[in-house]
Formats: sequence, structure tokens, C-alpha cells
Amino acid sequence: MSGTPVTFTLNGAAAGGFADPGGNLLDLLRRGVGDRTPKYGCGQGSCGACTVLVDGAPRLACITLAESVAGRDVRTAAGLGDGAGLGALQQAFVDHFAAQCGYCTPGMLMAATALLERDPNPSRDAVVDAIGGNICRCTGYEPIVEAILAAARGAREAR
Amino acid sequence: MAVKFRKDLFADERDDSLAEIGRPTIRQDIQGHVTGRSPFYDDRHFDGLLHVRCVRSPHHHARIRSIDSSRAEAMPGVVRLIRPRDVPRNLNTLLSLIGFGRDDEPLLAERKVAYVGEPVLAVIATSAAAAETAAAAVTVDWEVLPHVLDVEEALGPGAPVVNDEYPNNSFDYHDRYDHQKLRFGDAESAFAAADRIVEGEYQMSPIEQAPLETCGAIAAPETGGRIACYTATQALFFSIGVTGKLLEIPSSRLHFIGGTVGGGFGGKVDSHHEPVAVLGAMLTGRPVKYMWDRAEEMQVGGPRGGERWRIRDGVMRDGRITARAFTGFFDAGAYTRLSSYAVQKATGHLPGPYTIPNVASNVYCVYTNRTPSTAMRGFGITAVDFAIECQMDRVAEAVGMDPIELRILNAYRDGDMKAHRRSAKNCALIESCQVAAEKAGWRLSAEAMAQSSRIGGGTGWRGEIPETVTDDEGRIGERRRSGLAPEPFSGAGARGRVAAGAASDHPATGNAPQREDMVAEAARLGFRIDSGAPQPAARPAAPALAASGDEPRAPAAAAAPALPPGHALPAPPPAQPRREPDADGPAAQVRPGVRRPGVSPFISGSRRR
Repeated sequence: MSGTPVTFTLNGAAAGGFADPGGNLLDLLRRGVGDRTPKYGCGQGSCGACTVLVDGAPRLACITLAESVAGRDVRTAAGLGDGAGLGALQQAFVDHFAAQCGYCTPGMLMAATALLERDPNPSRDAVVDAIGGNICRCTGYEPIVEAILAAARGAREAR
Repeated sequence: MAVKFRKDLFADERDDSLAEIGRPTIRQDIQGHVTGRSPFYDDRHFDGLLHVRCVRSPHHHARIRSIDSSRAEAMPGVVRLIRPRDVPRNLNTLLSLIGFGRDDEPLLAERKVAYVGEPVLAVIATSAAAAETAAAAVTVDWEVLPHVLDVEEALGPGAPVVNDEYPNNSFDYHDRYDHQKLRFGDAESAFAAADRIVEGEYQMSPIEQAPLETCGAIAAPETGGRIACYTATQALFFSIGVTGKLLEIPSSRLHFIGGTVGGGFGGKVDSHHEPVAVLGAMLTGRPVKYMWDRAEEMQVGGPRGGERWRIRDGVMRDGRITARAFTGFFDAGAYTRLSSYAVQKATGHLPGPYTIPNVASNVYCVYTNRTPSTAMRGFGITAVDFAIECQMDRVAEAVGMDPIELRILNAYRDGDMKAHRRSAKNCALIESCQVAAEKAGWRLSAEAMAQSSRIGGGTGWRGEIPETVTDDEGRIGERRRSGLAPEPFSGAGARGRVAAGAASDHPATGNAPQREDMVAEAARLGFRIDSGAPQPAARPAAPALAASGDEPRAPAAAAAPALPPGHALPAPPPAQPRREPDADGPAAQVRPGVRRPGVSPFISGSRRR
């Protein structure tokens, strides 16, 4: 494979791949590294299905230059699990029926993860705002909002 | 034969409780969704994967004079092109798999294009970017043709022919009619007797399904000549059938893997990607992916078809709707796909959930130079429901009645006769209205609150349904003659009458055919009418009852519909001078899939004017 070598941290482990000239992070993750959890929905940064965290901030992988993540910390839905089991946010999505077709789900999870790390006690408005860039075409927003709020509640109670 | 459930088997291992409503249930696929591991087709990776990009029409309607692909073929990464002539059988219609309609759509257009974005050539390259660059380098010499984008203009005189298979720009119903018709009772007389006439026109625009996962498929050669195909399809067996038909290969060579769909909403039934990807894999011997980008999904993906409806109601002062006539135009776009069926679905839904004793409807499935329409959540129903419910509000306003009470007054009740001559059962509109009003804090009169779907159905005015009007040739409704633009319902020429809701002996449904030409067509229904007489050869698309005069007829075809006393079938009309006498009569030989130019002034094959 040709292209520029790019190394970074992916879900806590060292990772690397070759980026095509002008290639985007979504292709690098899905084809170069083999992490298929970020999805292609639009390729133009308008649907949020490819949302990943770069140094803790949500980024749209389809419009992020692959080379720009060199040396940085990238996280995807593949890293949300608690060992072999589900993470608390994932479990909240299960419990609240927060996925229908499942295609937007990894992006939603990453947008929510960024929010909860920044603000462990988000208001409903803050949750709606945090997933404002993520489209769910199966009209599942309400259960998703509920799931995120429930995950925040659960984390508070655990503390 | 009734199905018998053997509840005694494994009884100790099974919980037969069906009390699931009100209890949360965990989706069986949600673990995959929340971990990002659900196997969407594009999550399969293959070494040496090739990518497809199509060359598409920039015009609504154009003839292809020539295509120059030499520059594209020489570009880096380009493996080969797929041309129309590479497709073994480059013509299909989706519902041909169930013998409905004629093949009218190529996989890749060869002679002309009929909508913006119609593919004419596919480029296979080592990367999506290389395929896209090469596709852009193909030059097509277009001869731009006049186009039509409006359903009524498409049916008007001088409109360009959108779809060569249907030169009247309308689908041929039952291979005889240019629209789908419904007649129940005597709408014309009821309009004359009504206190008020309320009319409305309603237009619903096309809607793109816009699934988050765009449509696509990956095909990869397996061993022994088999091709695996990973696909986003919503209709796996549709896609196998279409692929096998277009590529003329048996389905045993096709190993389709699907079932994980990133949103479909109807838009993933069209089965375009699978044949292209499979053909690409067969031609190159390598795995091939054909995936729409977002722009293609929005521009080329078949939307919910636009619909235009005109409704005319005859209303009594007390709010009873005694007559309702529809003229509908369903915009199929350039090719049929599922629109022919959508129109039948719409017709089956009329006049809405209301007991109206006189109903007449003509619905046209119209070809225009728009993106071909396809399935989308309740297609065929939602637009006419929108129209009907807007119309109900208009009627309520016209008679000065509460809109919910108007609906309660006219709602189906158990035992009412529907316009399709089926008795209404398990009705719940009245109760739904009552609950909705209560929840919305909308006060209904005590009388409206006391109504029930279970009481009064089929009695009094609700049961008074006139016999259905037939035309002077003994057919249901009037027929359009050559040279006339589509017309709304009119009662002109009414002579004969047919009983509403006659019971009976139809071999498939238990309902009586109203007329000889309405008997079940065995091959279409997928069963054999046992007449003890020789049957026509079993061809999938051939209606079995295309009996010509001297062929033995199936008994079902010969059985006269039950008529009440005093309502004999009208005598055959005196012979009209025609170009080809009897060619459009009930006994006319029908050959689906074959155009019959000049056979009739109103059926397929001949221009309307």
C-alpha cells in the first residue's frame, strides 16, 4: 500500500496505517487499520455517522485529514466496551431501545461520550445539543436522549 | 385446508404467553449495534477490492448518439468498463418476478435516457477515486429530447413518450386499461341528490428515503462459479431474482448475504447494485463494490412517488358523505418499478375508512422524466390518506360540523359494506377518534361519545347501497376513448347495474367476479383453476384466461355473476365500427410482454392520439 505512514493511538493502543494523499481519517480507520465502527453516511460532514474522538473532542472522520491525527489519541466505538462486556453508555442504549437500524449508533455513542466526559451532569438541552450533528433517520432521537441521560444518572449514582 | 397448530409438541419447553405488549423487549440485534459490530455490507473487507462508478445522464430525456470512453479506459487504475451490451438481458421490471407489468427498465441505458442520473456505463477501477475520475472522463454525445415532469402534462396531447414500453405514458392495468378503476354504487345519481358538493385537489411531493447507509453491494467470486454478494438490500430474494434474470444465471450460483440494513424505508428494494456488482465480479474475477455516495443516493435513489389527487364529495346537510369520486395521478417517474402496485394499493384504500355508499375512482400510474419512484413506508396510501383527511376537514367546514364528529358519523362500522365489496370487520376508527379527542381535550357531543364501531353497521342508510353502474358495454365505469385527455369520473353512458357486495364462488377469494372479464387470472394469482379443460401453457407472466372465442373456457370464467332479480346483464351493445372488432373485448387474446400496436384505442401499444 502506498501513501504516507501515519501512527497514532487508537483506543489506547498504538496503531498505524498508510494514508492516501488527501485521504480522510474514515478511510484510514476502516480500510487502513480495520476499525469498521465509524460509518460512511455522507462523506461531507453532515450526518455524524463517522464521529470519532480525537484527543477527546468529537471529530467527523470523513472530513478529517488522515495525516492530521499523527501522534494523537483517537477513540472509536470499538473502544467503549468494558472488557468483553458493554460499557455503561452502551448498556444504557440497549436498555432504552436507543438503536433501530444501528447505523448512526457508533457516531451517537462517540458524540455522547465526548459530552459525558466534558459534563457528567448534562441537561436535556445539552444532550440534544451534543448529538445535534448526528442524524438518525429511523427517528430514534428521544430514546437516544433518554439513554444518554440515564447513563449520566447511572454514573452519578455509582460515584 | 386449515393450518393446525400442534401446541402439544415441546409444550414443556415453550412459554406460550403472548402478553408482550407493555413490556420492554430487548432487540435481538442491539448488541451488534452498540458495539459497532453489526455486519453492514460495507464492513466486509476484501483484498483487491474494485470499485464501480457510473456515467450518468445530465439530461431529463436524451438519446445517446455515441459514447467515447477511450480516455477513461486508459486512465490509471481503470480495470474495465461495463457497457449495456455486457448485460446479458438488459431489461427488467421489478414486479416481473410476480408476473406484473412488462420489462421496461435497462440496467444500463443503451439507446436513450429518461431521467437525470440514469446510468449508461459503469467504470470498474482499483479505487473509488480512480473510478470517479474515469467516469467523469467519458464523453457522451447526447441528443437532448423534450421532457415532461408533470403527470397531467404527460397524459396530455403531444407529450413526449417517456417509456417506450408504455407509449401512452401510463401503465396498462390488467393489460387492458390505462388506469386502475373502482366503481361502487351510483356516484353520479348520488351527486345529483346531494345537498352540497365539496371538491379539493391535493398534491404530495416525492420524498427521498435518505437512509443513513447509502445503497450498495459487494460481490466476490466464490468457488465453483458461485458469486457471493453482500448487500444492503431490504429484499434479498427480490435482489437474487433480479440479478439472476438480468445476468441470465441460475440463482443457485448466487450466494446472497444481507439482513443488516442501515436504514431502508423502502428505498433498498430496487436491486440495482447487486446485478452491477455481480456482473463486475464475473467480468473481472475480482471482488467488486458498487456503492452510491450521498449525492447519488439523493439524486438517483428512487423516492416515494409524487401524487396528485382530486376528490369530489357529495354531502348531505347532516354530514353524511353519500358520494365520493377520486381522480388520482401517481408519478412513477421514468420506469414502473413498484408504482403500478402503489396505484392498486391506493385504490384498495379508497374511499378511506369511511362508509360511503357511492364511490368512483380512476387512478393513473403515469410516466414522467423524473427519477423512478419506488417503495417508501406506506407508499400508495400515505398521499391519498393525506388528501382524504384534508378533504374530511373541508367537508366538516362546508356543513358546519365538528371535524371529529364528522369522522365518527361516517366511519366504518363492523358490518358496513366497503367499496371493495368486503364487509368491514374489527373497525376502530370511532373509538380512536373518541380517545384522541379525549387526550387532546377536545370536547365531543354526548351523541358522538356514545357511538361505537360495533353498533349499527350495515343498517339504515349505512346499508343502502345502490347497484353499481356499468357502461353501455356492460363494464364497470366509463372508458376513455381515443383522443381524449384523462378525465375525471363521469356517469355518462350508464345503463347496466351490478349488485354490490354479491357473495360467492371465486376460486381464490370466495368473492364472485362481477363480470366475465374480472375473473381471476390463475397464472397471476399463482394457482391453477382446475377446469378439467386444457390450460394455456404455464408461462409465468401469461394470464391463463386469455381465452379466445373457440377455446374451452374455465368454468369460473363462464359463471355469470349473481344478480338480483330485474337486473340482468345488459345485452351486448350493437357492434361499433372499429379498426379491429372485439380486440379489446373481454375475450381478447392478451399477450403480456408483447406490444400490440393499434389493437385498441385505449390500451397499451398504441399512442393515445
